[in-house]
Amino acid sequence: MNRLYLFFHKTGSPPWFYKYSGYLIPWLWAGFLLLTAIGLYLGLLVAPADYQQGESVRIMYLHVPAAWMSMMIYGLMAIWGFIALVWRIRIMEVLIISSAPIGAAFTLIALVSGSLWGRPTWGTYWVWDARLTSELVLLFLYFGVIALYNSFDEPRKAARAASLLSIVGAINLPIIHFSVLWWNTLHQGSSIGTSGNSIHPSMLWPLLYMAVAFKLYYGANLLSRARLRLLTQDHRKRWVQDLLTKESS
Amino acid sequence: MTPTRKRRLIGVLVIVIGVGVAAAVAMQALNENMLFFVSPTDVDEQNLPAGKRFRLGGLVADGSVSRASDSLAVQFVVTDGLASVDVRFDGILPDLFREGQGVIAIGELTPEGRFEAAEVLAKHDENYMPPEVADALEKAGHTESEL
Repeated sequence: MNRLYLFFHKTGSPPWFYKYSGYLIPWLWAGFLLLTAIGLYLGLLVAPADYQQGESVRIMYLHVPAAWMSMMIYGLMAIWGFIALVWRIRIMEVLIISSAPIGAAFTLIALVSGSLWGRPTWGTYWVWDARLTSELVLLFLYFGVIALYNSFDEPRKAARAASLLSIVGAINLPIIHFSVLWWNTLHQGSSIGTSGNSIHPSMLWPLLYMAVAFKLYYGANLLSRARLRLLTQDHRKRWVQDLLTKESS
Repeated sequence: MTPTRKRRLIGVLVIVIGVGVAAAVAMQALNENMLFFVSPTDVDEQNLPAGKRFRLGGLVADGSVSRASDSLAVQFVVTDGLASVDVRFDGILPDLFREGQGVIAIGELTPEGRFEAAEVLAKHDENYMPPEVADALEKAGHTESEL
């Protein structure tokens, strides 16, 4: 237990976080570029067209990973929000507010790409079914977290309010996920799940490459944003001053 | 865990549980309205009034599609296996529309009990496969859902 506490205190200290995340970021970017290249090559050139949707099935390789990310990021924000509220670890607060714009971007990508896919497949850009509506609510939740954070002058207070909204808003995540099971929706059910996949392997692989690539992108982007935010928040503190003098000398 | 942290932990948990219960109750209450479409069985059971706009969902019955030769008008039967409704539509159908396909028609019932659709959407299922695989499955006498 003491070891665990020590680990949390170490990773929770801004200088430690700043230093080690700096080592990680180039690797994350490299992995993202490599996997995206493989995923796009397989998805756009190698994978076959679908027996019903034709070429528009390729939108899936962008849409599904983005939709997964939109939910995963909000879930992480809720977990970090919980830790931030109870243990007041500042890194967690920084991670939440640095995640929100990335999550909002992925949600927007999922909504727009889905809409462009829906037009040829369903015959409409948008319907107010449970899946589409709850995903739109998720976008507004991200906007809400960002707006709430920015409405406070004091970053610690702002982070507490944003944490609370992250936790409360997480109730939307199971609604999004199960909406296609609980209600009649125009959106189809999941093709990939614990009870087996209904997607051909030649189409599954590019999807998985893209999904991992997006996660690496999130990691790289999040860490970069969090580092910048830490530097800005701590610009008067000793460790930042030391860092600056070391880099300028 | 220090008393302060315990207090905060309990506070957050109470909020989470409260919001969760509220959401569950709200969704239970809204359940009817969350349905995107009604099935032909629902149409039979609920005696929906003519002229009321709603969305009808089901499969296009095999061999039921008939097109007019001089216009875009098309007639087909939407079924859910238990009940079925005659649908008439005058307009452009989505590419995925075919017999056996899931569709959602938006429109209203006429007094004769026929469904007059203003819009027809195709519902896509969760199966993704190349055309050759679909052909092979069909030849082997399997349905798509067995993949």
